[in-house]
Amino acid sequence: MNRTGAHLKWRIAKSNIAKTVIIILAFACVIPLLAIFFYIIKEGVTKINWHFIVSLPKPVGEEGGGIANALLGSLLIVLCASVIAIPIGILCGIYLSENKTTRLAYYSRLAVDILQGVPSIVVGIIIYFWIVKETQTFSAISGSAALALMMLPIIVRSTEETLKLLPDSLKEAALALGLPYHRVILKVLLPCGISGVLSGVILSVARIAGETAPLLFTAFGNPYLNANIFKPMQSLPLLIFNYATSPYDEWHDLAWGASLILLTWVLLLNIITKITTRKWRVQL
Amino acid sequence: MQQANYPQTFIAGKALNKSKSLKKSVAVRKSFSQIKFEKIFKSTLVLIALSVVIIVLAIFLTLVVQSLPSIKALGWKFLGGKTWDPVSNVFGAYPFLIGTLITSFLALIISVPFSFAIAIFLGEYYPKGWLSELLKNVIELIAAIPSVIYGFWGVFVLVPIVRDLETKLGILPYGIGIFTASLILAVMIVPYAASLGREVVRMVPSALKEGAYSLGATRFEVIKNVVIPYAKSGLFAGILLSLGRALGETMAVTMVIGNSPIIPTSIFSPGHTMASVIANEFTEAADSIYLSSLIEMGLLLFVVTVIINVIGKRIIKRFTNE
Repeated sequence: MNRTGAHLKWRIAKSNIAKTVIIILAFACVIPLLAIFFYIIKEGVTKINWHFIVSLPKPVGEEGGGIANALLGSLLIVLCASVIAIPIGILCGIYLSENKTTRLAYYSRLAVDILQGVPSIVVGIIIYFWIVKETQTFSAISGSAALALMMLPIIVRSTEETLKLLPDSLKEAALALGLPYHRVILKVLLPCGISGVLSGVILSVARIAGETAPLLFTAFGNPYLNANIFKPMQSLPLLIFNYATSPYDEWHDLAWGASLILLTWVLLLNIITKITTRKWRVQL
Repeated sequence: MQQANYPQTFIAGKALNKSKSLKKSVAVRKSFSQIKFEKIFKSTLVLIALSVVIIVLAIFLTLVVQSLPSIKALGWKFLGGKTWDPVSNVFGAYPFLIGTLITSFLALIISVPFSFAIAIFLGEYYPKGWLSELLKNVIELIAAIPSVIYGFWGVFVLVPIVRDLETKLGILPYGIGIFTASLILAVMIVPYAASLGREVVRMVPSALKEGAYSLGATRFEVIKNVVIPYAKSGLFAGILLSLGRALGETMAVTMVIGNSPIIPTSIFSPGHTMASVIANEFTEAADSIYLSSLIEMGLLLFVVTVIINVIGKRIIKRFTNE
């Protein structure tokens, strides 16, 4: 009797120990995140001011300077990438949700899965050969194409999943009224699922806003202010990478400021996605 | 049901066309243009779905074609070659293969206990409530931070810490190296296995758990003997997705691994991975064999990550359909 009692106590103790260990391990993951936030904010906040946002980087050895070229470049590159990826992604998502069992849908879904797993550096190589080598110049638009390729799977998935959640009766009612197929999709189904689709779009922007590897051989970087998308262009992640790996303290300062801006941007986009998906329960 | 509606409207339109008694009123013409639009819309959808498939095939073909010169010139020696010396035209990818494998698997070993702990904590101990909501969102934020920021932080915070550790251990204090890269990678890949693991742990039927509880099992025993065996394949898929992510990660690794093409002697020595060598040397590669051997590494990376991802997705699909 005594021995079984002791055994029982040991089992309960073991259960409690396991629980404690799991809780400690689970919350330990928050530490690096907090450490990164804390450090970036601490280093970045003192560098950011109006001058930092509107002026160009200074040559080594001079104090001050800003990241206007990278901010403009990042905005333009991401904007162009969205213009390319959003229509294609949404239409592909519509096809997949409308045709669940066709052979093309199977291969298309497989292709989207594959595309999602392609390493970002490989995307850079591909676009280098498809666009940069053909046009013989690094250009912002090729960077946008590379980023668009990475946005595509996220938009396709979120559109497909959102549209699948809509009840069939909605579509049947619209068809029964005699609406043609394309209007049923574009005027009834898509507006109903718009917040799910939009949150997928925002999430995809958040994912690619910080991508560096695909831009290394496409947008390439540019120390001057440039708004021509057919010329090389600087972007925030590229600037951070180039300046962080340089040996100069002034450039590190610029990179810290840029990191804080990039981090804020990406996190804001993620929080917006969180708020919109809460309503939709879409799994992205 | 819905499919059947479409041909009917179409046939109705044709019938209207044939009957001479009806004049082509505005309404009829409008419905014709609608039908035309409908056809265009449908073929656009098919075309776009097809183009996604073509893009993926084109990616593969481009990589194969561009790496042909090095495949032809070097053959299998490329994978086994132990020296990488572009100046004297010797290209062996072995150091990079080893570097990639060691960093990825080391990162996996470090991250798996944490991501499983999160999966069990969020899936089993506290599936609801503000605390689990908060932890879930925080973990997802880990995946949101751009990798270049991880790298930057790693260079300035983690490298000095590792250097101190190495001094204490009495090894050459590089600071940068495979161990540092694995640590950063481990943090970056935690969310992938964790969020998937949480989903599968949640899907364990409560009847099974209740059965075990009624037999007198403690909570830990239920987790060990019921939850984990049931969610096994899903947890494995999570590990695979994390691995796929770790293999292809470029920027953070490039910034802290040291970038030296030698075969690493210990986990603290500097190294190079396939992705980081491409990032560093691609724009410098002038010679065609040099360039195409870098692309061959890209091809290898592509094929391996695709296989890993597709297997992982298959397992998830099977698990959720059961």
